[in-house]
Amino acid sequence: MDTTQNQRDWTSHPPLIAPGYKSTIFRGPSQNLITVPELMKPSSGPIFGLESVAPLDHDLTKNGIKNGEPLGERIVVSGRVLNQHGQPLKNTLIEVWQANAAGRYVHKRDQHHAPLDPNFFGAGRCVTNEEGIFKFYTIKPGAYPWGNHPNAWRPNHIHFSVFGPNIGTRLVTQMYFPGDPLLDYDPIYLAVPEKARERLISTFDLSLTEEGFALGYQFDIVLRGHHSTPFENE
Amino acid sequence: MNKLGQTPSQTVGPYFAYGLTPEQYKFDHKSLATPVLLDANKNTQDLIILRGKVYDLHGEAVDDAMIEIWQVDQKGEFQTKPHQGFFSIGRMGTGTLEGNWFEFTTCIPAAEKSGQAPAIHMIVFMRGLLSHVYTRVYFEDFKELNQEDPYLKLVAEERRNTLIAKKVQESPVAIYEFNLHMQGEKETVFFDY
Ligand SMILES: [Fe+3]
Repeated sequence: MDTTQNQRDWTSHPPLIAPGYKSTIFRGPSQNLITVPELMKPSSGPIFGLESVAPLDHDLTKNGIKNGEPLGERIVVSGRVLNQHGQPLKNTLIEVWQANAAGRYVHKRDQHHAPLDPNFFGAGRCVTNEEGIFKFYTIKPGAYPWGNHPNAWRPNHIHFSVFGPNIGTRLVTQMYFPGDPLLDYDPIYLAVPEKARERLISTFDLSLTEEGFALGYQFDIVLRGHHSTPFENE
Repeated sequence: MNKLGQTPSQTVGPYFAYGLTPEQYKFDHKSLATPVLLDANKNTQDLIILRGKVYDLHGEAVDDAMIEIWQVDQKGEFQTKPHQGFFSIGRMGTGTLEGNWFEFTTCIPAAEKSGQAPAIHMIVFMRGLLSHVYTRVYFEDFKELNQEDPYLKLVAEERRNTLIAKKVQESPVAIYEFNLHMQGEKETVFFDY
């Protein structure tokens, strides 16, 4: 058995303190994390299934409608959730939230003076199917300014929260879009080790694109493998 | 076999509330997990309140952290369907209670394995934290079990107290306090699972 497959791979994840992203300096733990031996890792955890999701949860172009269609470019985002052996993880809950097409969040704390869209809420969730595939519809989020440094703008992104089979596979991440010029200036994206950055960028996919309706983007998510997955007991 | 690379973590950012803890922040969207794990009306298990704050390097209580707790019930089982009024995952943001508290209604779990002390898993997410961190909440009532707990034994003795919730009220309901210090002299111990 590969005993390292469980580890959080710190050559793939951003460090806890990344000075370019200022608030990490005061909020990221400074002491080393305590490594837990393989056999002591919690291997069970709650599983969320389809019952966690309401019918319109996967369609952000509809779940916030008050009196019309939301503004902006409709997109469909789909991908697979896999473990590190490339095996699909079914019944995996994904929660997403994002800014509207103008770069404004519904969140009360967002003071960016871009318009709110009365017909766009910006949050949803979906669950992967038997093949580990998820799919949701939304509006392409806009870029927005933030206070980290002068003239700081976040690239277009969708926030993802993912549950895997156990507490070790928990992941919160952000999906970006190909060719975004702001990526080169974003300390949150750039805090990720260089070799792993492109894993956060979705790819445009004409085969996902729905004619006359929405542009398709593909985004696969790889969670840590675990020895309790059926495959490894074979 | 070449393994696929892990998808990197990114911060939850300051605007998680309407996506992840909408009911708490009064958004019109259903919450999947709330600060209430144990429903006192449907439950015979012993209810406790677990509360705390998240302090940054300057000793300021963070108002945009999201705390997730995972725990088994008093019988040692994970419950993810409403079952006898207990749900195994709780979530709360620190932005709605005055003083920036998180506050969960739950029970003290059974020990997950023999030889372990009862503990609640806690995951910390916040703006300014690029990768979430894990800690474990122990209870001061279990002095002997805590002494033998294999996770606590991994921790230098002088830092173990950062993982022990203090009982600050006995009745009518037991209240335990567990404060997180992200940095500084009292920095909380975080584990890498
Ligand atoms: Fe954002």
